[in-house]
Amino acid sequence: MPRALALAALAGVAVAPFVPMGGMRQYVLHVIIQIFIWSFIGQAWSLMGRFGLVSLGHGAFLGVGAYTTTLLWNAYGLTPWLGVLVAVALAVGLALVVAYPCSRFGIVGHYFGLVTLAVGEVVRLLIIAERDWTGGSLGLTLRAPETAASLFAVQYADKRVFYYVALAAWLGGLWVWHRLDRSMARSAMEAIGEDETAAASVGIHVTRFKLGITALSAALTAFGGVLYAQYITYVNPETLAGIGVSLRIVFAVVLGGMYSLLGPTVGTAITIALAEYLRVVFGLRFIGMAETIYGLLLVLFIIFLPAGIWGSLRHALRRRRRGEAAAAA
Amino acid sequence: MIDPVFLAEAAVNGLLLGGVLALLALGLNLIFGVLDIVWIAYVDLVMVCMYVVYFLVMVYGWPVWLAGLAGLAAGAVIGVAVHWLIITPILTSPPVNQLLATGGLLFFVQSFATFLWTTDHRSVRISLPSLEVAGMFLSFARLLAFALAILAMLGLYLFLTRTFIGTAIRAVAQDRGAMALMGASPQRIYTVTSAVGGAMAGAAAVLLSIQYSVHPHFGAAFGPITFMICVLGGLGNMVGAFLAAFILSEIISVGGVIWSTEMGYVIAFALFIVMMFVRPGGLLARRER
Amino acid sequence: MLELRGVTAGYGQFTALWDVSLRVNRGEAVAVVGPNGAGKTTLLRVISGVIAPRTGDLVFEGESLGGQPAHRVVAHGIAHVPEGRRLFPGLTVAENLKMGAFLPAARRGYRESLERVYALFPVLAERSGQRAGSLSGGEQQMLAIGRALMSRPKLILFDEPSMGLAPVMVLRLFDLIRRVREEGYTILVVEQNVRQVLKLVDRAYLLEVGRIRMEGRADELSEQDFVRKAYVGL
Repeated sequence: MPRALALAALAGVAVAPFVPMGGMRQYVLHVIIQIFIWSFIGQAWSLMGRFGLVSLGHGAFLGVGAYTTTLLWNAYGLTPWLGVLVAVALAVGLALVVAYPCSRFGIVGHYFGLVTLAVGEVVRLLIIAERDWTGGSLGLTLRAPETAASLFAVQYADKRVFYYVALAAWLGGLWVWHRLDRSMARSAMEAIGEDETAAASVGIHVTRFKLGITALSAALTAFGGVLYAQYITYVNPETLAGIGVSLRIVFAVVLGGMYSLLGPTVGTAITIALAEYLRVVFGLRFIGMAETIYGLLLVLFIIFLPAGIWGSLRHALRRRRRGEAAAAA
Repeated sequence: MIDPVFLAEAAVNGLLLGGVLALLALGLNLIFGVLDIVWIAYVDLVMVCMYVVYFLVMVYGWPVWLAGLAGLAAGAVIGVAVHWLIITPILTSPPVNQLLATGGLLFFVQSFATFLWTTDHRSVRISLPSLEVAGMFLSFARLLAFALAILAMLGLYLFLTRTFIGTAIRAVAQDRGAMALMGASPQRIYTVTSAVGGAMAGAAAVLLSIQYSVHPHFGAAFGPITFMICVLGGLGNMVGAFLAAFILSEIISVGGVIWSTEMGYVIAFALFIVMMFVRPGGLLARRER
Repeated sequence: MLELRGVTAGYGQFTALWDVSLRVNRGEAVAVVGPNGAGKTTLLRVISGVIAPRTGDLVFEGESLGGQPAHRVVAHGIAHVPEGRRLFPGLTVAENLKMGAFLPAARRGYRESLERVYALFPVLAERSGQRAGSLSGGEQQMLAIGRALMSRPKLILFDEPSMGLAPVMVLRLFDLIRRVREEGYTILVVEQNVRQVLKLVDRAYLLEVGRIRMEGRADELSEQDFVRKAYVGL
């Protein structure tokens, strides 16, 4: 993307919370914050997805992340600044426990997807099962701190603070993706994705790379879950664990384009905007119709636009540029 | 201390449920074995067939056995429709797209069902007696379902081993390309497989209809365990799935009585994790490619 | 019976065959020999319909077969014994043979075909209930050939039949093919083992880097000609 345009966009995004919006500010900020957070999560997922490790259970890490900090704060008053460390550690632990046998014994593709799906669902069921201290299906509200804006509790009444927090996280996620893209790890993972045996034969430590990527992805996803919990101040096993949220994450990333830097963001923005639009249009009439259209559109997109929207756009632009260059030559 | 009779009852119920779950797992595995695609929306298709049975019996007054056959047929038709409309276009797509396609179908089916029929639980009201056996109260419906499930699996076994097309399906699962060299159109084999897999979903739907009520998120209740069964038994492994179905349903049934249903799932999952380290291909050896 | 006219074919950007023309007459046994990478397997894949020719045509008994999918080509009467045999390891010998007769026309008389195959290869009759994956190399080769015969073909294609077999087995294998030939089938063999296959066939083509370099009657061509040309390049 041309540098001037990118800087302008960044400047626009930075001052957005202070732009006059009539009475809509709270709502617009709310939507944008969600876009930032879910893009960050989608980006984390894509670290695995782009190398063929398709996880359908990232809800597990979201749930572990969100519930850990919430429970630690509610029960022990442990500040989320420390809680997040525990959350990330637990998520990474879970990821390694599942990923290790999968990697060692070559469980990939659909089989791997199914295993991760089971993991995500079990975390959801565990949360529901232990309803005495997790609140079960009813969810759990984050205990409010003494003051409306508390750094210690990482809770702020003013959405604008969270706007910048989410923005920072989103930029951080982009930075991690970018660094990984340029690193040796990327070449190694691509080699592994193409032919594991060949990769191993040139000395690439396949298991170590796979586990590393999985751990990173899980850690970032858990962090995203913590952010979400702190912002919404309410956690619920349906919205933060299980197959529903896991599929939504994957959809958004694939829709936007799994292999590009901004793909997950574009996809997330579109799916959230679409969901909001459908909700406004249908409101409380025709319950389920919004979701039905959403599901239908997603299936159609997968069938007809497999490279994702951003990916397809870039291909088209590249082809046009090549065409122009050929015509000029 | 839990009354041993309760435990025994739970154990027997686990066995009876396992029979129906085995049907589900076998259907999923059959399709995966031939097409290398996991129908994530499989249990939601069961849900649709259950609605078919419900409406036929409660609204149109059909006799249950006839509605049951219709449910089976509906399953087969749905199976073929899913294959033609959704699977065929993505047969050569990368796995992530294939998983998302059937995942998207799950969203669509669940929400469309919510839109059409609301979230009310609907039950096929037939009263079947409870039998008392050695102090345990067993539902006749469950026993009947179990017996029919076993019959259905027997039917599947005979189909796969005694008929030309059934043997061809087994052959394709072992070497997809070679069967084309014998004059078998791959698309035709896939269609038959999808029809059979769908019919099994339909059969499971009928058997579940006489035990449980249906609602749009039925898949959320039975989906996870079906997937865990498939993974525990080794994806693509029919015998493994059969065994795993009973093992997992026992754990959930007995665990459900001792702690809670969800806790039963967690224990089953813990077992599954252990199995992953000990025998990562599933209970029995992984299928040959 | 079978004729390729100016066939060019390949995979994606890569072209494996360039303007290949050959013919197999009814009742003949023809060989296509050449070193690794010459395009022999591609040639058979074009004939059996696994890949479509980019240019040129494929004519079988007067009918053009170019571009037809594999399962229809079999229906026309061409059976393909694939490289590596590709048996169904979990199915029994009898089931593997049964699958060979999948075509409706072959299915009707499949028991009779089975008898004929068992008469030709008695070992298979003995092991009819055994899993194909547990057979020895030679038995597997017999099963692969028998399976091809079950479709009542007019032409049988053999794709590198000696691949992976010990020298003793190779002799036995070509014996089997000879017996099949004596039953009256038309045969096209693609092989690397020039010496053995020339003893078996009437005519042979030399395929090298995707082109036909040489053609002649097997008894006229001394094996040295071919070997020299193909493997040493003189």
